Amino acid sequence: MGTTTAKRIDIASEEVAGLAPRQTPLDRIQRQLHAHPALGPLIVLVTTCIVFGLLNPRFVAAQNISLMLQQVAVVAALGVAQTLIILTAGIDLSIGYAMILALLVMAQAAANNEVAGLIALLLGLAVGVGSGVVNGTLVTRLRVPPFIATLGTLFVFQSAGLLYAKGQTTQATEMPHLLNWTGDPVTIGPLNLINGVLVALGLYLVVHYILTQTQWGRHVYAVGDDVEAARLAGIRTNRVLFSVYVFAGLIVGVAAWISIGYAGAADPNNAVDANLQSITAVVIGGTSLFGGRGGVIGTLFGALIVVAFTSGLTLANVNNLYQPIAQGVLVIAAVAIDQWIRRVKR
Amino acid sequence: MKTFGHVVGLAGVDLVLDHGEVLGIIGDNGAGKSTLIKCLTGALEPDSGEILLEGDRVWFTSPIDSRRAGIETVYQTLALAPALDVASNMFLGREVRTHGPLGLLLRKLDKRGMRRSARAELDKLGITTLQDITQRLETLSGGQRQAVAVARAATFGTKVIILDEPTASLGVRESQQVLGLIRRLRRQGTPVILISHNMPHMFEVADRIHIQRLGRCAGVVSPATTTMEEAVAIMTGAKQLQDRRG
Repeated sequence: MGTTTAKRIDIASEEVAGLAPRQTPLDRIQRQLHAHPALGPLIVLVTTCIVFGLLNPRFVAAQNISLMLQQVAVVAALGVAQTLIILTAGIDLSIGYAMILALLVMAQAAANNEVAGLIALLLGLAVGVGSGVVNGTLVTRLRVPPFIATLGTLFVFQSAGLLYAKGQTTQATEMPHLLNWTGDPVTIGPLNLINGVLVALGLYLVVHYILTQTQWGRHVYAVGDDVEAARLAGIRTNRVLFSVYVFAGLIVGVAAWISIGYAGAADPNNAVDANLQSITAVVIGGTSLFGGRGGVIGTLFGALIVVAFTSGLTLANVNNLYQPIAQGVLVIAAVAIDQWIRRVKR
Repeated sequence: MKTFGHVVGLAGVDLVLDHGEVLGIIGDNGAGKSTLIKCLTGALEPDSGEILLEGDRVWFTSPIDSRRAGIETVYQTLALAPALDVASNMFLGREVRTHGPLGLLLRKLDKRGMRRSARAELDKLGITTLQDITQRLETLSGGQRQAVAVARAATFGTKVIILDEPTASLGVRESQQVLGLIRRLRRQGTPVILISHNMPHMFEVADRIHIQRLGRCAGVVSPATTTMEEAVAIMTGAKQLQDRRG
């Protein structure tokens, strides 16, 4: 009886395989984009650079590339944290203001309370982690949807930062050098960068490794993909979700450090745009807002696309007011393409 | 015994499962099939009663407990992650790290090893429909997904494998593949509990059929000596068995 069963399975499988629909070239493109989420953003980035390079050769000069890389560092670092959260089908609207709170604590602890540089840095990182603990608790314990939870903490972190700083700006010269180290120049080949750029790139390498090569990384994808399936498969989903927010908080602390170095100061108005730009970078980078699909490499491309558009449009002498329009169109196009990719044929 | 407030979900059910047998469970909606299974897998805690696994008393407070004891469940929803590949899904929640410093310090996953084990397990079960185990689940057919879920259960289910409505969403051919898998599990000596509404499927593979009615066992019948009509009659209460132990 057993052998007949096995034979029947073989026959059935062959017939099923024969029924596979023929693929059009468009289907094949869709399938490739589906399998490699960072491919689309890479193509867009390369195309963008070629077009703007042809419009104005200064765009691809070492000087402009260095400038763009410096400009992208803070958003790129926040983008790593945002990617982690969006992979779990969440979103963090508070991320930029958590960063500002962290950088104000770092700077003022050192400048006004004369705490040693390392301690001040650790305090700032702790504020970042604390913001993650708050958001993570709201999402996993109180079951507040991430959009609402972080909308609430956005206002809380924003006001807390303003209250704490009392409207003061702390200049880099008033701080221990460690806090400003991320702004020190560093030359790599023809590029003149700051240490903060390298720190941001380091974050990408570390988090990419964690997401693709470790059990925790795989569980992040599984939880974002189908939380019920992950739970039934024996993953402690709330623990994974909470740890994502806490880890993202730590990365926010590092982004705060980069921001002080890049701006040369700690100001309550540092990088207020970075909040929404981090989401823009993740979405343009091909990570799905529905969770479980994407990764940090795409986000790096996404952040670079945004900064390339800003710089390229400026160099092409386009009115600055068009830049937000370009960003808006990019985001909507990215999500529309994601929807199309997700409808991949079986 | 399990009650939900005033509602009695289960009231005095004895369930015996022997090595290498396929025990079917049938019953109308609300008869207590799911409650019974949930008690066995730790998704629900019974209010009273006992569960013996190979003679030892066990008590599960969560699905993770029962899995540790070697009881694997294939849920109707399959509990697979669509964006992950076949091998990742088979080891979901039980990933294996590489040996040596990379695994110890950097917690690196042994992807190649897991793929090899997944391949071996699929071959052992005679699943020929899954050629590429790096394929994402969402690119597979319903039957292929079911095969992945069953293979996962077979890999880790050393004591009991529970299948909840494994053929409900499948076509004729794919259902036959799954029934073939169940027979293979039996040949390997793993006891299987099969819950299904599909009488022909049930009579095809089950050695004994436990009929659940109104929270109680209305009888245990053998497909060899009982017809489908009789089983349905017992299930709906139209007929009652004198000897409920079958």
